[in-house]
Amino acid sequence: MNYFELFALAPSFELDLVELKAKYLELQRAVHPDKFANASERERLISVQKAAQINDAFTVLNATDSRAQYLLELAGFELAHETQTLKDPMFLMQQMELRETLEDITSAADPEQALADFQDEITSYIKDINQQFVTLFAKNDHASLSQAADLVRKIKFMLKLVQEALRVEEKIFAY
Amino acid sequence: MALLQISEPGQSSAPHQRRLAAGIDLGTTNSLVATVRSGEAVTLKDAQGHDSLPSIVHYSNLGIEVGRHAREHAISDAINTIVSVKRFMGRTLADVQGASGELPYVLSATENGLVNIETRAGKVNPIQVSSEILRPLLALATDTLGGDLDGVVITVPAYFDDAQRQGTKDAAELLGVKVFRLLNEPTAAAIAYGLDHDDEGVIAVYDLGGGTFDVSILRLNKGVFEVLATGGDSALGGDDFDQALAQWIYQQSGYTGDHSPALQREITQLACQTKELLSAQDSAELLLDLPCGSRWQATVTRDVFEELIAPLVKRTIMASRRAMRDAGLDLGDVNQVVMVGGSTRVPCVREQVSKYFQRELLTSIDPDKVVALGAAIQADILAGNKPDSDILLLDVLPLSLGLETMGGLTEKVISRNTTIPVAKAQEFTTFKDGQTAMALHILQGERELVDDCRSLARFELRGIPPMAAGAAHIRVTFQVDADGLLSVSAMEKSCGVQAAIEVKPSFGLTDNEVANMIKDSMTYARDDMEARMLAEEKVEAARVLEGLVSAMNDDGHLLSDEQAKPIKHAMMVLDQAAKDGELKDIKAAISACDDVSQDFAAQRMDQSIRQALSGQSVDDI
Repeated sequence: MNYFELFALAPSFELDLVELKAKYLELQRAVHPDKFANASERERLISVQKAAQINDAFTVLNATDSRAQYLLELAGFELAHETQTLKDPMFLMQQMELRETLEDITSAADPEQALADFQDEITSYIKDINQQFVTLFAKNDHASLSQAADLVRKIKFMLKLVQEALRVEEKIFAY
Repeated sequence: MALLQISEPGQSSAPHQRRLAAGIDLGTTNSLVATVRSGEAVTLKDAQGHDSLPSIVHYSNLGIEVGRHAREHAISDAINTIVSVKRFMGRTLADVQGASGELPYVLSATENGLVNIETRAGKVNPIQVSSEILRPLLALATDTLGGDLDGVVITVPAYFDDAQRQGTKDAAELLGVKVFRLLNEPTAAAIAYGLDHDDEGVIAVYDLGGGTFDVSILRLNKGVFEVLATGGDSALGGDDFDQALAQWIYQQSGYTGDHSPALQREITQLACQTKELLSAQDSAELLLDLPCGSRWQATVTRDVFEELIAPLVKRTIMASRRAMRDAGLDLGDVNQVVMVGGSTRVPCVREQVSKYFQRELLTSIDPDKVVALGAAIQADILAGNKPDSDILLLDVLPLSLGLETMGGLTEKVISRNTTIPVAKAQEFTTFKDGQTAMALHILQGERELVDDCRSLARFELRGIPPMAAGAAHIRVTFQVDADGLLSVSAMEKSCGVQAAIEVKPSFGLTDNEVANMIKDSMTYARDDMEARMLAEEKVEAARVLEGLVSAMNDDGHLLSDEQAKPIKHAMMVLDQAAKDGELKDIKAAISACDDVSQDFAAQRMDQSIRQALSGQSVDDI
């Protein structure tokens, strides 16, 4: 049973997130270990496993990047443990520049503002890539899907930057 | 026989019997027990009318004293009087010596490095000390409710790691009580408030206790309590305020002689009393008889005290800020700020929190009791006393789980603030021909370097079939249950052969240490111990049977006669064993029931998933 089937939803990139959340809560109400406090060890174990699976499914479908990757995996493009690298010199150049910007933020005049600007910039890149994904994924032929897979790889690069920006944030605020 | 008379669906099999359950707040400074009576959660009072029990244990030649009686020995017999033991839970000797200032105890380490306290009654570990605190609370609940408890909910700081949680659960299980759930303290407070006020929206819970600080951001909606993010510091609390003031007293008094355990205790107590006075007044008089015979006198103002604790309060605000960021919310999204824990009585704490969240603070429920009350409500629900309750608690993992990789670095497997239960699998392979074992080092924390994270466990995987290097595919699954407790399982899955790999943890207490603790916790003779184990197993048998009977009643239609037969047979065997069998017979019969009902349990779960999605409840079918 794939994650869309688990939630009785049609596989699609554009999901109704309110409906997804409502179904998620209904499912958790049915399987959550708290409903099995008095059940046998076996039932409790099954309940923990099911609840974990439903949590994972929700997380994957709820975020655009993981949903995109999951849809491609269903279409036969394995991206999770791949070794194939991205061949897009322009994009990689941009990545290097973004990294340099991020490194300089701690020494900026107003690091808080510089970081916020940086985070906004990344967010808009991701949004942009997602829009391209919608178009390509809808075409549903091998060439388009293969290009869509490259977009997912790009998002992964961007998400790494998001993670690193959070580390910089922790440094700035000394959490 | 009566057991297998299956009633019609919709018709209840037995008159509803109220189960006895309690919620326990096992605090650093004070502990409480609460229960739901006539639909309302109340804390229970002892014969002297106290509902809070000081979390202090005194070990003497005459026996063990807990609470107020133990506190009387805090200065005169400091070495044998354990206070704030919660700060030692799940900690190694090195942690404890590194973190706290001077401690008036003689400490040593267990085989795996966990802290032991040497008392007159011998070595005790924090789990044993905690179970001594739980003992009178459980007795109070049993006496008040008039029977043995079916189970309890025990609260833990949200920021407790796996070792601290496991230790807390072990402390209760030492006493033979079933732990329905470990509940995070801020979540418990949210339940007490949320249900009371029928709140919806986002609430922030700021919980500053005696030894721990938690902040949780929750979304409440129609009975769903969803923790969005949690943060904190499991070694920051009112005790640290006392220590800061105690250091100041040392300096001001100019005393340079020995810091005897008694003097340390006395100054700490003086600091604590002064702190409490300064919550109500602007200055306080200090009076201390020094060992050199002179008497020291001084005045301390609230301003001085606030300056001393300012860095500590700032740390809590930074943690709140990080939790808000992790929740992905702005301050304007927060509807309520709930204050929990005795240390939130300190005025400057309230001011700072109110200033940060830009909100009035909610303190309408006693901050010392709110956690126990929430735990009682959850315990009542988990016991099954409120079958119509639509409460759903979705909590999160407080600290990321990771694995050690090459070069002393950690690789995150499950990130903090992931909703639990959660399971993640990772694949490993061998790097030598014929390799049959492998070591995994599991860490908890956010930092990149192994040395900066808490070492949670080292697991050895043994029994890997010998193969060429890189040919074995070992799939290791990390599972965190609703209590936030981690379990690890492993399996070799190349060539379609699934070999179970033995997972041997090397943390916590060794099996021997656990066996000794159980032995020590019982003052009974050997026969009594066996009788107790038999009695406990019979209770378990009844529980298993009751569960199966109601499962057969509700969902027997899922089974063909062929499939139902072995289950009914196993139930009959268990029923008989529980009546006249020995311990091992009952154990075997329970295990047999478990085995034959495995598929049935899975089918039932799938059915409830289908029903949840089709929006039908069981009653509608």
